[in-house]
Amino acid sequence: MKQRINSFSAWFSERFPLSDLWNEHMAHYYAPKNFNIWYFFGSLALFVLVNQLVTGILLTMNYKPDAKLAFDSVEYIMRDVDWGWLVRYMHSTGASAFFIIVYLHMFRGLLYGSFKQPRELIWIFGMLIFVCLMAEAFMGYLLPWGQMSYWGAQVIISLFSAIPVVGDELSLWVRGDYVVSDATLNRFFAFHVIAVPLVLLILVFLHIVALHEVGSNNPDGVDIHDHVNWQGRPLDGIPFHPYYTVKDIVGVGVFMFFFAMVIFYMPEMGGYFLEHANFVPADPLKTPEHIAPVWYFTPFYAILRAVPDKFAGVIAMGGAIVVLFMLPWLDRSKVRSIRYRGGMFKKALLLFVISFLCLGYLGTQPATPFATTMARVFTAIYFGFFLLMPLYTRWEKTKPLPDRLGHQPSIEERLPGLLALYDEVTLIQQKSDAVTGAVTVNRRPNPAGVKAVLFRFVKYLKESLD
Amino acid sequence: MKRILSTFLFLLSFSALASSGVKLEEADIDLSDTASLERGAKYYVTYCLGCHSAKQIRYKRIALDLHLDEAEILKNVAPLGAGIYDQMHSAMNGHDAEKWFGTTPPDLSLIARSRGADWLYSYLKGFYADKTKPTGVNNIVFKDVAMPNVFWQKQGTQVAVMRVIDGHDVVSELKLEQPGQLSPKEFDKMINDLVNFLVYVGEPVQLERQAMGKYVLFFILMFTGLAYLLKKEFWKDVH
Repeated sequence: MKQRINSFSAWFSERFPLSDLWNEHMAHYYAPKNFNIWYFFGSLALFVLVNQLVTGILLTMNYKPDAKLAFDSVEYIMRDVDWGWLVRYMHSTGASAFFIIVYLHMFRGLLYGSFKQPRELIWIFGMLIFVCLMAEAFMGYLLPWGQMSYWGAQVIISLFSAIPVVGDELSLWVRGDYVVSDATLNRFFAFHVIAVPLVLLILVFLHIVALHEVGSNNPDGVDIHDHVNWQGRPLDGIPFHPYYTVKDIVGVGVFMFFFAMVIFYMPEMGGYFLEHANFVPADPLKTPEHIAPVWYFTPFYAILRAVPDKFAGVIAMGGAIVVLFMLPWLDRSKVRSIRYRGGMFKKALLLFVISFLCLGYLGTQPATPFATTMARVFTAIYFGFFLLMPLYTRWEKTKPLPDRLGHQPSIEERLPGLLALYDEVTLIQQKSDAVTGAVTVNRRPNPAGVKAVLFRFVKYLKESLD
Repeated sequence: MKRILSTFLFLLSFSALASSGVKLEEADIDLSDTASLERGAKYYVTYCLGCHSAKQIRYKRIALDLHLDEAEILKNVAPLGAGIYDQMHSAMNGHDAEKWFGTTPPDLSLIARSRGADWLYSYLKGFYADKTKPTGVNNIVFKDVAMPNVFWQKQGTQVAVMRVIDGHDVVSELKLEQPGQLSPKEFDKMINDLVNFLVYVGEPVQLERQAMGKYVLFFILMFTGLAYLLKKEFWKDVH
């Protein structure tokens, strides 16, 4: 038997480079040893992608892409299909989780300069994945055929009509009808389940191939290939497998915990993951009073509404994404990681994060005059961060780069510090029960401790920003 | 730093602005109270099903979830002639409804998920006499709604106490003018049962979902713990 297996594996490897592939991308792919928490989101994105594919396939088995049947078929899945509710919640929560993970993954790139030379192509492929993901989410959102699905699609497709000359024809061509209708639903279904996922998978493949060609960046932003041993292996690198496979499994576990918490206890997430208005079947004759896209589109939606002219708004919204593609060439700093950058970039990044979050919030709210003014301010900051980047990164005073990677403390090393912090912000209270004599110990917040910790944090923030 | 702080203050000020409108009364939702759900189902069939279907749920499902006997639910809850596998269909057809009310009464299977329990509770209690309306009533939560007050016998007649704000007549509160068959307390309980049932119908699996959540979380926690020990073992030699 053993001989049979051996001869089969010989037969197989003469025809397919399985062990070469495995070694090149897993066992002999050297990754920096100092990855921190930000480096979980790449593998998590892959994990959620698989979740979306598997649950998506299961959903298509019972979903009906037909304007008359779609809404009821989703409720059929929720009620009559065995475990249908779980599959559907995994898919709907997965969509939001995907965006949370991808936004954090991109932010990691910003923090540690992972988009900079020689990783420009990885960033470009990643951005293409992001655009695909937005298309995928937008089209998928039409499928439940609720009020918000319908009117959200109506609003976004009508944006095409803002394009001069060809606009009206173009939006008609996209919809396949004068309003969003059965024809639109069918083509969106086709794109959502076949076309876009295929492109997405190809792009993910390219993203990883490009990454493995140049190697992973790290929190210090220095190249691990500068110091190699006699075998040519990086001194500060460890093989991806088994080190990072076992580490990423822990990340997957932690993620699944939060993921399951949402699925089992708050699948609507207060109307952010599943909007309340989407539990009303689509009605082409009744416009909802307040149309808001799902949370992950709201920053861009806020930018769209911030610009007074419709076409200019569309340009601004598109520009907000296009400008991200140009990031590798906008950043002129000599160092990659935020750890060695000057204070200017740190402040700019902080402002950018705040403006992005605030735009996200404003996108969910009705466009009152005040909200619009605020959205304009934040839009200006958003674009300012990118367009002024060549200036403020060129002259910033960077810190000297280390020769080798720094030490990344593990959870065990951090635990004593965290426990001390917990002791500082809480007071221990001992109470003995008058009847039974049992002593109960509980903790309550210590205002003085909290104040001291906050003060230290602000001071730390201020120092690190300079 | 100052700029950031002022930004947050700005944002705070408008989240307060965003929430306006009538203050809703709180419904007491308890899906484990099957007696309340059964009463709610009965009220639904008696008072609502004439016009509003709840077509996403079957009598069989209600019997299963509320631990009721199939024969019992057909006798006590379902309308005459309904079968156990039937969905909760209304007897009124859309064409007639359009003619009588000017609009088709919506299906209520998911109304609790789109409107929320508190809204439903306040809405159902919020009818008041208004001679200018064809139904003779208006609603404090849903102004000029086409629906008549189907509970008028039970609730009695409420009238609105008006107040002038900025030159407009605004309903400030409702007062019970003529008592109905039920005391206000009994009526509140009845409406609460009905809303409880609607919340259940909105997502019949929710109780089961929450019940199994803790086992799933426990399993994932154990898995993560093992994965962490594995990681620790493998990373021993990394310095």
